[in-house]
Amino acid sequence: MPDLGKYADTVILAYIMSFTFLIGLAVITWAQSRRAKRLLDAEEANRG
Amino acid sequence: MSLWEYANPVKFMRLSGRLLPFLLGLTGLCLGAGILWGFFGTPDDYKQGSTVKIIFIHVPAATVAVSAWFMMLVTSLVWLIRRHHVSALAAKAAAPIGMTMTLIALGTGAIWGKPMWGTYWAWDPRLTSFLILFVFYLGYIALWNAIEDSDTAADLTSILCMVGSVFAFMSRYAVNFWNQGLHQSASIAVTEKQHVDSSYIYPLFLCFAGFFLLFVTLVLIRTRTEIRLRRAAALQARNTNA
Repeated sequence: MPDLGKYADTVILAYIMSFTFLIGLAVITWAQSRRAKRLLDAEEANRG
Repeated sequence: MSLWEYANPVKFMRLSGRLLPFLLGLTGLCLGAGILWGFFGTPDDYKQGSTVKIIFIHVPAATVAVSAWFMMLVTSLVWLIRRHHVSALAAKAAAPIGMTMTLIALGTGAIWGKPMWGTYWAWDPRLTSFLILFVFYLGYIALWNAIEDSDTAADLTSILCMVGSVFAFMSRYAVNFWNQGLHQSASIAVTEKQHVDSSYIYPLFLCFAGFFLLFVTLVLIRTRTEIRLRRAAALQARNTNA
């Protein structure tokens, strides 16, 4: 861990906030993608 | 072979399915290397101290936030002119990503602003144009969700996208043509003198690449999701009628 000096809280807060949003977006995107695939597979099975 | 072939959902799904594993790997590599290099491998600034490390998130996120809107403008125009559904769905898919990037740019800017400017927020033209862009993203997403008929939603959101492009343009170039306010001028310029020391440039470019690749990867995944949902809805309607 680098020595961030007196601004350590500021820098860490900025990184934590950004990663929270980015990871949240990635997780939501992945979950929606899985749900859509399951839904489509179910509808295609019904058609068959 | 024409680019328009990929407006066909089947061809789009096939191509994007092949590209995604490479894009995911490259995104992880660029973003990971850029952030780690920037955070651990760069010196503190003589004036800003360690807060300069926020640049590796703030600047790429802000650039992607504006670029995402321009990408939505292009795909919206393709929808309005050529009526390709994949382009309308790509615009819809890009909006939450652009909104998240805008939020990250605003949030990191506020956190960075407090120790440097003495305030989290000022009604600086550059900051304000970005806040307006964020509101446009919210409005765009709300409009898509408010209208049941997807073609009508695509038409109306395309028009909203054209209107919002004025603010996206202002957000992009406000740092160049507005000299008053707290925000500094553009950090990186192709034609002018750089405002960032060379020790920060390479990790910053890696972060730019990582953020852009992340945007493209997420847009592809979300567009594939939208295509699947639309296909599932069509099949559901057909199964119900049969």
